[in-house]
Amino acid sequence: MTTTADTGPETGPDTESVPQTAGQAGGRAAARRFTRLHDFGIVLSVAAIVVALSLTTGTFLTTGNLVNLLDQAAVVGLLACAATVVIISGAFDLSITAVLAVSAIVAVVVTTHAGVPAGVVAAVAVGALLGAVNGLIVVTVKVHSFIATLALSIMYRGLAVILTAGAIVYPPEDRLQAFQALSWPTVLGGVTASSLLFLAVAAVCWVLLSRTTFGRRVYAVGGNEEAARLSGIRVGSVRVAVFAISGVCAALAGLVLAARGGSAQASMATGMELTAIAAAVVGGTSVLGGEGAIWRGLVGVLLITLIGNGFNLLGWDTIYQQVVQGALILGAVSFDRVLRARRS
Amino acid sequence: MSQPVRIDLEGFGKAYGGVPVLRDVSFTLHGGRVHGLLGENGAGKSTLLKAVCGAVAPDTGRILLDGRPIPVGSPRDALRHGFALISQELALVPAMTVLDNVYLGRWRHRFGWRSRRGDAAAFDRLVERTGFDIDPSALVGELPLAARQQVEILRALASGASVIGMDEPTALLTKTETDRLLAVVRDLAAAGAAVVLISHFLEEVLSICDDVTVLRDGRHVMTGPASEQTPGSLVRHMVGRPLDLLYPEPVPVPATAPVLLRARDLRRGDAVRGVSLDVRAGEIVGVAGLVGSGRSETLRALFGADPRDGGTVEVEGEEVPPGSPSRAMRAGLAMVPESRKDQGLLLGRSVRENVALAGLGGRQLAGFVRSRAEGEAAGAMLRDLDVRGSDLGGPVWTLSGGNQQKVLFGKWLMDRPRVLLVDEPTRGVDVAAKSQIHRLLVDLAADGMGVLVVSSEVEEVLGLSHRVLVMRHGRMVAEFARGEATRERVLALAFADDAPPDDGPAPGGPPAPHPQDTTIPDTPTPDTVTPDTAAPGIATSAEERP
Ligand SMILES: Nc1ncnc2c1ncn2[C@@H]1O[C@H](COP(=O)(O)OP(=O)(O)OP(=O)(O)O)[C@@H](O)[C@H]1O
Ligand SMILES: [Mg+2]
Repeated sequence: MTTTADTGPETGPDTESVPQTAGQAGGRAAARRFTRLHDFGIVLSVAAIVVALSLTTGTFLTTGNLVNLLDQAAVVGLLACAATVVIISGAFDLSITAVLAVSAIVAVVVTTHAGVPAGVVAAVAVGALLGAVNGLIVVTVKVHSFIATLALSIMYRGLAVILTAGAIVYPPEDRLQAFQALSWPTVLGGVTASSLLFLAVAAVCWVLLSRTTFGRRVYAVGGNEEAARLSGIRVGSVRVAVFAISGVCAALAGLVLAARGGSAQASMATGMELTAIAAAVVGGTSVLGGEGAIWRGLVGVLLITLIGNGFNLLGWDTIYQQVVQGALILGAVSFDRVLRARRS
Repeated sequence: MSQPVRIDLEGFGKAYGGVPVLRDVSFTLHGGRVHGLLGENGAGKSTLLKAVCGAVAPDTGRILLDGRPIPVGSPRDALRHGFALISQELALVPAMTVLDNVYLGRWRHRFGWRSRRGDAAAFDRLVERTGFDIDPSALVGELPLAARQQVEILRALASGASVIGMDEPTALLTKTETDRLLAVVRDLAAAGAAVVLISHFLEEVLSICDDVTVLRDGRHVMTGPASEQTPGSLVRHMVGRPLDLLYPEPVPVPATAPVLLRARDLRRGDAVRGVSLDVRAGEIVGVAGLVGSGRSETLRALFGADPRDGGTVEVEGEEVPPGSPSRAMRAGLAMVPESRKDQGLLLGRSVRENVALAGLGGRQLAGFVRSRAEGEAAGAMLRDLDVRGSDLGGPVWTLSGGNQQKVLFGKWLMDRPRVLLVDEPTRGVDVAAKSQIHRLLVDLAADGMGVLVVSSEVEEVLGLSHRVLVMRHGRMVAEFARGEATRERVLALAFADDAPPDDGPAPGGPPAPHPQDTTIPDTPTPDTVTPDTAAPGIATSAEERP
């Protein structure tokens, strides 16, 4: 028998081969590849929307619009990476947008005193720190992460208000341009630096989850904490690391948002954590933990961003956007369910 | 009494991902009779039973109930026609009480209000009928495995089913509990129900069943009266050839073999009260005792799965710090836990990922999984253990129960521990796989590993071990060298009712046989037995379990 192809945590359904133990002579069913169509339900849903938009509008498939689409996806996308990693580890992080706000504010404040590079480093450090605090509290106090991070997010928002005295903060005029560098188009066909950052972070998270021992541990802790512990995995450290990663992603999202607006304030991105969690889950990552993949989060982000984009292009009244958005998400997820149910 | 029901199963077929696991299986069940369903791990027994009881939809297949076809493949329809399933992987709501679980979805009510009292009264009648000793207000999640199994059984009885499928119901029960359950099964049949019983204990099947059906590779091999079968003939039908079911003789431990594992005065709550033991290189030490005697807790304390209240553990002279499985593993310990579902496997992840989990650190490069090395190591392990499934790249939950057990075993053997602690090595595995696992343990010991085995099957402990320890109420009460131990002596010591636990050391107290076990047949303890002799070999060890 062979175990050639990778059956790692989430290689994507296409590369799964079937290592079969032939067992005794007489022969069992031979090793067999079969495509796991059911894994792709949500992808088909998104593809259907893409086709529909391409056919009904002349503008959807233009470079300008696609660049724009990617840029719009960057902030939710970074947050969805955070949400996906945390959910796979069997937890929730409701504090990501509060961490985003604090980090963005810290970026502005430090930029004012010490320049843009220092501001960026400080923001990421604060994101990692707050994330690690989340993790430590979840691990030591043993309250459910949903409640712990909800309470912590209120505290972080409060911290943001204290830091800004409730006002909007701006970097100094002479540093504004550098501060906004993330929102500039790059030489790569005009794609913004934020979009590239988002794609890079997604790639890193993808590799981390699917190719590293750390990723395996994250799946193990989320899938069966007791089994993970008995396998010698230090569950607490894994959890703290996962929350720290979530904090870093949130801080990067904060940098993108602050760069885009050239400012930061305490109420930034309020409520967007739910969109991010929705994106992760819509893509097919199980809320129960232990299953899922970054690409699923990305598909979810795409779905959600496409709907907003479609409304713009079609010139529909945005009054209806939320209703349609909710309905389409429901439809896509149902389709996904139907395909998966085929299997068992 | 009306005519007993007749259930014709016709042409059951099912494939997963293109791989057939059931092929055109047909046979007939009769009310008032107990029907045994046998086959190797992965033969399709559970799948067939689930299909008949509506838990999975078969691709093909008809059920004729007294000649009339009934809908197949939906749990509701199945329940309505009196089919109930007690599944292999228990399906209870852990956060609810026993009472709520037993009447789940069928709670009695008056004017829309739940009538707890009505349920409680009915529950009392059920308990009286079965002799199970369960507190109806206990939370199911806090019950030991055996009790949860009983709750499932009560639930099926409560639904008033006339066709009852039981998937390895006795795998988790003690000897006394098993006897009680089998009596209940006979009662049910006597009351007109058709009972289908899956079990790997051939003696049990032969003693209780009226008819047997054997499946192999998803195909129907035979159906006939149990009285015409012997354990040997059943094994031949299951495996397709006669099988040598000898216990492999362990290689003698050289007198110079160093002590690998040394525990002194180990304590953990009420469960472990001062246990001391040594395991030498190349030695297999077996621990016998009743469920609840502290055997599993001793293993868990040794491995650091639970904190210790006192005592020391050393591996090769190095102290193992308490309460940390990862440190214990670094010291060279490994533990195959008792429950594969709760403590062992990531059911949603692939076989390979599960097998690789405990030794992740050993196959990495700068934090990256060395995919090829892992694939090769996992592949070799799965081949050694002969793990079979329709799709080994898929999640572990799609494997049959016995194959899951082999995956669990493989996970802990991947990185060659110095000392292997095993809790119930062969729970749910078939006769052939069982002797493979025994062979494996003996070979590992021959290679110099120290092995500490806990098993509820006394036969297994006796057949495998160089030395047998007997545990009772959290203490080691006796030690036998290979050959000295007999089933009777071990059981007598395990059951002996010593005074309440805190009253000083009890070892060696006069063995008083447990009332329920005074009828132990007076067979010798053969180290080697072939199934055709129908003596208690590994295939036939149902009644040897205490
Ligand atoms: N949901 C599923 N998806 C894919 N394969 C499955 C699924 N369920 C069962 N199988 C496969 O079907 C085959 C038969 O499994 P089944 O559980 O019926 O075996 P069994 O006879 O009950 O074995 P055991 O004695 O080990 O319990 C196995 O090869 C198993 O891997
Ligand atoms: Mg089974």
